[in-house]
Amino acid sequence: MGEQKGLTIQGNMATALGAKLSRPDVIPAYPITPSTLFPEKISEYIADGELDASMIRVESEHSAMSACIGASASGARACTASASQGIALMHEMLFIAAGMRLPIVMAVGNRALSAPINIWADHQDSISSRDSGWLQFYAEKNQEGLDLMILAFRIAEDERVLLPAMVGIDGFVLTHTVEGVKAPAQEDVDDFLPPYEPPHGKLDPEEPMTFGSLGTPEYYQELKYDQTQAMENTPEIIDEIFDEFEERFGREYNRITPYKCEDADIILLTMGSMSGTARAAVDEMREEGEKVGLAKLTVFRPFPGDLLKEIAGDADGLAVVDRNISPGFGGAVFAESAGTFINENRSPLMKNFIVGLGGREIFKRNFKEMYEKTKEAVEAGEVKKPVEWINMDEDVMR
Amino acid sequence: MSENEEKELLASGHRMCAGCGEGTAMRAILKEAGPNSIATVATGCLEVTTTAYPQTAWEIPLIHAAFENAASVASGIEAALKQMDKKGETNILSFAGDGGTFDIGFQALSGMFERKHNVTHICLDNEAYMNTGIQRCSSTPYGASTTTSPSGKESIGEDRPKKPIARIASAHDIPYAATATIAYIDDLKKKVNKALKADGPAFLHVFAPCPTGWRHGSDDTIELARLAVETGVFVLWEAEDGEICDIKITKKPKERKPVKEYLKKQRRFAHLTEEHIEKIQKEVDEKCEQYGF
Repeated sequence: MGEQKGLTIQGNMATALGAKLSRPDVIPAYPITPSTLFPEKISEYIADGELDASMIRVESEHSAMSACIGASASGARACTASASQGIALMHEMLFIAAGMRLPIVMAVGNRALSAPINIWADHQDSISSRDSGWLQFYAEKNQEGLDLMILAFRIAEDERVLLPAMVGIDGFVLTHTVEGVKAPAQEDVDDFLPPYEPPHGKLDPEEPMTFGSLGTPEYYQELKYDQTQAMENTPEIIDEIFDEFEERFGREYNRITPYKCEDADIILLTMGSMSGTARAAVDEMREEGEKVGLAKLTVFRPFPGDLLKEIAGDADGLAVVDRNISPGFGGAVFAESAGTFINENRSPLMKNFIVGLGGREIFKRNFKEMYEKTKEAVEAGEVKKPVEWINMDEDVMR
Repeated sequence: MSENEEKELLASGHRMCAGCGEGTAMRAILKEAGPNSIATVATGCLEVTTTAYPQTAWEIPLIHAAFENAASVASGIEAALKQMDKKGETNILSFAGDGGTFDIGFQALSGMFERKHNVTHICLDNEAYMNTGIQRCSSTPYGASTTTSPSGKESIGEDRPKKPIARIASAHDIPYAATATIAYIDDLKKKVNKALKADGPAFLHVFAPCPTGWRHGSDDTIELARLAVETGVFVLWEAEDGEICDIKITKKPKERKPVKEYLKKQRRFAHLTEEHIEKIQKEVDEKCEQYGF
C-alpha cells in the first residue's frame, strides 16, 4: 500500500485528481461555472505530461456528452464535468448514454438552473436528470469528491452494472473551497480500478456491431426493463465496492450514513455539503438533550430505500431536507422518502424542508428550526404543512 | 475499381423506399470505404431503415446516438482510437441527412471541422425532413412544396433559396469538401476516396433524390440526379484546403438543359407557373455564372 499524499485543494481539483488517478482515455469537456476548474486541471495534467489522455475541447455540453458516448462505445474510459445549464443542455444525451449502457463518469459542480440565472449551489441540475438512468453520488466534502470519482468509475464499469455515473459536489461551497484531502497512490488506484474493457463488445471493425438501434414497440419495453434491472441490482454491488474501498484506503462510504440515529426520535435526512452543518447542529441539540439524529445520503440513484427504512423506520419524525424543488409537489428526496415508506406498517411522520436554493446559506439554526417544526408535528400527531421553505427573507418577499 | 468492389457493406433487405437515392449512395460509399471503417449516423431515414432491432443492415460498426450530433459522436470515436494506440488506418464516417447537417446538426459539424478531427462527414441530401413527413429544411429549394411550406393561393411553397452547405463547410478550411450525386457513381467514389485520404476533416454533400418526398417515379431517381447536374441546379465540384477562389468543377455540362426539364418530373414543383420557372431558371443561370460556366 503506497502512502496517501496530503493535499490542500479546491473541490474541483479534488474531482479532477480523482479522475486523473482513474486514468481516463478521453475527456470531452466544455467550461461552465462552477465546474470549470475541472477541465482546466485536466488540461494542465495533460500539458505537464502527468496524464496520458485525449482532451476534446468541444463546442457545447451536448457535444461533450455525445463525444463521451462515441469514445466509451469505442472502449475508452471517458469522463467529463459540467453543471447547471450544461447538464440541462446534455439532458437528451444522458438518457442515451444510460440506454447504451456506457459507463461514463461525470463530475458535477451542483448549481441552480435559470431563470433567474444563478451560478451558486443547488441540486436542481443533477436532480432534474434523476430519471436518465445515471447513478448519482453526492459528496459532503472534497475528500468524498475525490474518492467518489474513483468509486464511480469502478462501480459504473462493473460488468453487473454498466451504467453511467455522476458525482456531485456543491457549487462554490465545495468546488471553490480549499480543504485537506488524502490522495491515494497511483499504484493502489490501478489495483483497485483495472483498465476498462467493455464486456459486451465495442465499435471494432474486426467484429462489427450496431449501437443505438431503433427499438420498436415489440422490443422497447423489455430493453428498458433490462436497463432498470441493472440499476435495481446495483445497491449490493455498491456496498461491496464501498467495503473494498474502505479496506484498501481506510475511508468508509455508505449509501446512507447514520449519525446518532439509534435512539433518535427525529432524524434529519440531508445530501451534499449541508450535511456537515447539520451534523454540528445535531451535536448541539444532543447537548441540550434532544433525541435527534442525522442520515446523510451519498447515493441518490439508486435510491437507498432499504437503508432509509432501517435507519429511520422506528423514528417518530423524518425531516427531509431538499436543495431542489419540483414545483407542484416538493423536493425530490422527500418524494423518494415518502415513496419508500408507502407500504410500511409503520412510518415516521415526514416533513419536507426546502433550503439553500441558488446558493442561499444554510445555518445550524435552520436545522434546529426544521427539527422543532418536525417535533411539533410529531407531538400534534399530524403534519399540517408537509413542505416548508426555510430561511426566507421577508423583506425580499414583500 | 476499388479492392472492395465485391463486398456489400450495407446488406440488402433494409427498409428504404423503392427508388430511394440514399440506398444507391450508401452502397457506393461503403464499398469505397471498405470494412476497416466505423460509422456514426444521425437520426433520420438512413438510421430508421437500417437499424430496427434486432436486425441491422450494417456490416461495419455503427453507432446512432441522436439527431444533431453524428459529428460529435464521431469526434469521440476518433479521439478514442487515436488515444488507444490504433494505427490510424480505420476510416471514421459520420452520416447525416440534410436536417442533421444543414440545420440541427450544424453546430456539432462545425465543431468537428474546427477541431480538425480525422472524420469524413457525409450529408445525404434529399432536400427536406423526409423521415418525419416532408417538412421544409434549410436545404429545401425555392419553389418546392413541402408539408410545412405548402404551395397555395398565397404561397409559392418554400420561399427561400437552398443554403450553400458545402461552401460553408469548405470555409472551415478543411482539407477536402466536395459535392456529388448518385448519377455519377465513379465521381462519387473518387470523392469518397479523396475525403477518406485527406489528413483531417472532410465533407461530402451527396445529392440524393427522394421519390416519396419529391413525388416522382421511383424509376426516375437516377435520371433526376443527372438532370439536376445537367441543368445546373446542383453543381458538382471539389475544393481542397478551403480553397474559395479556385474550386474545381468536376462535371461541367456541355450545354445546360433548361431547369424546366428537371422541375416537371417532380410533383413538389407541379404548382409552379411559367413565371415561377423563369425566375428559378434565372437564379440557376446566375449561380452557374458564379461557378464559372
